[in-house]
Amino acid sequence: MTDAVHVVGKSAALPVRRHRLSTRLWHWLNVALFATLFMSGLGIFNAHPRLYWGQFGANFDHAWLELERFPGWITLPGHYSLALSRRWHLSAAPIFAFALLAYMLWSLVNRHFSRDLAFRRGELAPGHVWRDVIDHARLRFPVGEVALRYNVLQKASYNLVLFLLLPALILSGLAMSPGMNAAWPWLIDLFGGRQSARSVHFIAVWAMIAFIVVHVLMVLLAGPVNEVRSMVTGWYRVPPERAP
Amino acid sequence: MIRSNRREFVLGASALLAGCDRLAANEDFRKALFSSENFHKWAQRALTQRDALAREFRPDQISPFFRPNGTANPNTDAYKALWRNGFADWRLRVTGLVQRPLSVSLQQLQAMPHREQITRHDCVEGWSAIGKWRGVPLRTLLEGVGLSTRARYLVFRCADRMGGGDSYYESIDMIDAFHPQTILAFALNDRPLRVANGAPLRLRVERQLGYKQAKYLMEIEAVESLSAIGRGNGGYWEDVAGYEWYAGI
Repeated sequence: MTDAVHVVGKSAALPVRRHRLSTRLWHWLNVALFATLFMSGLGIFNAHPRLYWGQFGANFDHAWLELERFPGWITLPGHYSLALSRRWHLSAAPIFAFALLAYMLWSLVNRHFSRDLAFRRGELAPGHVWRDVIDHARLRFPVGEVALRYNVLQKASYNLVLFLLLPALILSGLAMSPGMNAAWPWLIDLFGGRQSARSVHFIAVWAMIAFIVVHVLMVLLAGPVNEVRSMVTGWYRVPPERAP
Repeated sequence: MIRSNRREFVLGASALLAGCDRLAANEDFRKALFSSENFHKWAQRALTQRDALAREFRPDQISPFFRPNGTANPNTDAYKALWRNGFADWRLRVTGLVQRPLSVSLQQLQAMPHREQITRHDCVEGWSAIGKWRGVPLRTLLEGVGLSTRARYLVFRCADRMGGGDSYYESIDMIDAFHPQTILAFALNDRPLRVANGAPLRLRVERQLGYKQAKYLMEIEAVESLSAIGRGNGGYWEDVAGYEWYAGI
């Protein structure tokens, strides 16, 4: 790379600090843990691929969903072993849960939540939200200073994941443990029974998969190198303003 | 370029999966993976009152059909002989580290003070069934035999043999043994236990998963350590497939 190109590149796209260390660490830890939990979870599901609502549910009861077993290329381990799937799942789950807790506390302290994730005045106005929807649909990604902040749909989806989907996954997982049922009887009542908790766990994980698909798609469309670098090193090149 | 990236991605993903499987075959990694059971046991016990009860349900919440699992009929000559005369010759033996070993008949057990509980049975596979159990609190029996202070676990030996010909067995520690809902059940939903559900007597440890609820009980042995029993992991499924000994998870 010549100096001239380097200078031009720099002036065209100033690198700025974008993601905090807490966010970056948590993000990549989650990539590994979520993949482990998802794949071992499908392995566990394969032991009884039927879902019910309520306190009980077995083969002779009404299932609201009945599936074939998930194939080996997407389960952990790659062959059917309920015991090993459980070992993977139960090893990753506490780390995943405590990492979320640590991230939440850290993000309160370093004000990531209040600065980056809290909605600002006027942001939730229907006109503003609609404009953001249109921008997404047209794949018009923010440029200049605006690109440094999360847009309203981004904030909404991150908040949904952080404060609803991930807690729902963790709590419904805990609610399936008979030991925890004795320790915290209120937890299972939150879901309306153990089989309901199992159904919620399943639905929440597929909602997470939907989020991840859209999330990765957005990264690819918005400029994968710049976006991934900013999540690895923290440095992000601000996309220049469009020519008028 | 894009195509080769995608190919690399697919190759990478399958390599990662193969890597995980290979990792799990590594003895040290396997030990680490299996040790999370200790964390769960420690955390759950720390959060739980020693005698905290499992949920008990109303009669209208009972499952229409209580699904049997594992052995549906031991089908050995010895078991068939016991079954043929209504388990009149069956005896439960309490042995090992006890001051007064015991041999007790079904009739004697039924005459003892008993407990009824409508509880949920959670199979490790994911399904649940609710049933009403009647049986003798294990604590009553243990107080009768006088446990040695060295006794740390109870091993439950069963009449059924699983696939490989090994006898089914399970074990619990004294926290669960003396829990008020831990009973030796001889009736399910107001009827004598059916063969499929473990006749004549099965264990109920209500804060743990289904594979702990040993059926077709023949003997309870008080021991100091589980290492010399079976392959040393404290239960049939623990030995054969690597399930957690602590099944509260």
